[in-house]
Amino acid sequence: MQKAPFVTSYLTEHAGDDAFATLAGYRARGGWEAARKALTQMSPDDVVNLVKDAGLQGRGGAGFGTGMKWSFMPKAADKPKYLVCNADESEPGSFKDRLLLERAPHQMLEGIVIGAWATGASKTFVYVRGEYAQPADVLQRAIDECYAEGLLGSDVMGTGFAHDVVVTRGAGAYICGEETGLLESLEGKKGQPRKKPPFPAQYGAFGMPTTVNNVETFSHVPHIVKNGPAWFKGFGTEKSPGTTIFGVSGLVQRPGLYELPLGTRLDEIVFQHAGGPLPGRKVRGVIPGGMSMPILPVSQLDVPMANEFLRERKTMLGTGGVMVIDDSVCMVRVACVVTYFFRDESCGQCTQCREGTGWLHKIVQRIERGAGSREDIDILLDVCGKMEGQTICAFADAAAWPVQGLLRHFREDFEAHVEHGKCPFPQSFEL
Amino acid sequence: MVISAETRAAIDAEIAKYPKRRGALLPALHLVQKQTGWISPETAQELAAIFEIHPIEVMEVVTFYNMFYDRPQGRHHVYVCTNLPCSLRGARDLLKEIEQHLGIESGETTPDGRITLGHEECLGACAWAPMLRIGAQYHENLDVETAKRLLDELK
Ligand SMILES: Cc1cc2nc3c(=O)[nH]c(=O)nc-3n(C[C@H](O)[C@H](O)[C@H](O)COP(=O)(O)O)c2cc1C
Ligand code: SF4
Ligand code: FES
Repeated sequence: MQKAPFVTSYLTEHAGDDAFATLAGYRARGGWEAARKALTQMSPDDVVNLVKDAGLQGRGGAGFGTGMKWSFMPKAADKPKYLVCNADESEPGSFKDRLLLERAPHQMLEGIVIGAWATGASKTFVYVRGEYAQPADVLQRAIDECYAEGLLGSDVMGTGFAHDVVVTRGAGAYICGEETGLLESLEGKKGQPRKKPPFPAQYGAFGMPTTVNNVETFSHVPHIVKNGPAWFKGFGTEKSPGTTIFGVSGLVQRPGLYELPLGTRLDEIVFQHAGGPLPGRKVRGVIPGGMSMPILPVSQLDVPMANEFLRERKTMLGTGGVMVIDDSVCMVRVACVVTYFFRDESCGQCTQCREGTGWLHKIVQRIERGAGSREDIDILLDVCGKMEGQTICAFADAAAWPVQGLLRHFREDFEAHVEHGKCPFPQSFEL
Repeated sequence: MVISAETRAAIDAEIAKYPKRRGALLPALHLVQKQTGWISPETAQELAAIFEIHPIEVMEVVTFYNMFYDRPQGRHHVYVCTNLPCSLRGARDLLKEIEQHLGIESGETTPDGRITLGHEECLGACAWAPMLRIGAQYHENLDVETAKRLLDELK
């Protein structure tokens, strides 16, 4: 069972309380009242508009407007429509969805039922990464409780609305987090992303109109319905409202989860909340939002954690996975770990991605060994440029960005390897 | 028949949840592996018959996903996470110590068939690094001694 966050707000307020994962405990805290309100007092369009007004942005990495996405679902009821809850959480450095699944499954399920009402979906598939076997069990127990109490099934809360929730376990493939790779996997196939268009709202799971949202995204929804858009906008920045759960890892005093408003400054998260570097060490760089997001050097941590500000520094919020790297660590070694991951996880459909991730890893390893040349550094950037914006899915971009970030801010580490034929950081973790 | 009546009944219950039969293939593979430990060619044939597809299509899926195995495995799977946050906090050293302790390398199985050792990408436990999983069970905030003790307890 995952430990509760060090700092909590509305999503994780009760995450330290074991009973909150049960229906009785959730109800005792006012749970399922928002769904009742939506289904009995609001039309589907009312709900979509409310979520639009609140400005909720997806928390799965891309930050797309949730209300807007829901409005893309066709209105006609001539064929079944589906929701998918993306619980694949495989972006390195991310571990917030696991907490929400294990400690607040009813909050997410309530958000799903509200989303289903808003979009006219008859079924939700929750796609849980294969390694999260225990969170999947907790979730399944919560779903069973909902069926027993009429919160799911053929007559949700006596309103005549029908909704089913199915848990599907993945089996260890990062690419199944990409929404169309996920849909393929859900259909029992290799998780190879689909060409878009058609988009999932037209042709999604099993060919039916489908909306995919992240675990955390759904978890915000009951709070918005209960308290209204103005309340929600009281957290965060003007353009990025609400809180999010930052997962801090790496070389800091207090790694863990922190639920904070979007727009909280990165240096505040690292130095105040997470207690700063280990004794005798200095922070060198921070990856702000999961492994796909470009690193920031310590001189640029005075940035609010919201996309409108992070973009100015050529990075993004991603999943809010904050990875702290200190002055014992060589960034070439970091690049080795990063490029190994992306080479291993490419689904192989697009030449630029399959070949590009392979080359990035090969060249970075050569530089790591001290056998690289100055030209290799430029080739890395050239390969990255050829991978961006060229492929079926955003994986190739996600593989290029972190390498570009490391070279933008820590080129000197790569140059030192090339010039002296060895690593300038003897204390760095061994590969 | 490799697939037991009990597993078959569980597969049928999964099939009922999906609009198309094949949707239950991943759940079925998980169920069969729980029974047999891996997916043999014979098992793939049986699954192909259940899902009305070719055995090669079953094997394509098996080989695409890290958690499905096309060869026999040790009785226990031990996977050490070596992604960046874990590596920053000693995962690579932990893996080396475990390799020495078991006398095998990552990717291998002990000669007595007790443990298959591997390293894995981020498992969603980054703040409690280093960590490993034994089957479905996570073990976090590990030191070398605790890890060795955990492995020694495996039968
Ligand atoms: C390579 C790749 C991996 C992804 N992995 C995940 C993931 O593990 N979980 C997730 O929620 N979204 C992931 N996404 C984003 C999804 O494609 C999708 O945008 C998201 O689930 C939509 O939900 P949201 O709008 O609520 O954020 C990934 C995207 C890419 C390109
Ligand atoms: S970009 Fe990479 S991961 Fe995405 S579809 Fe192409 S090959 Fe597969
Ligand atoms: S890096 Fe090891 S659990 Fe995330």
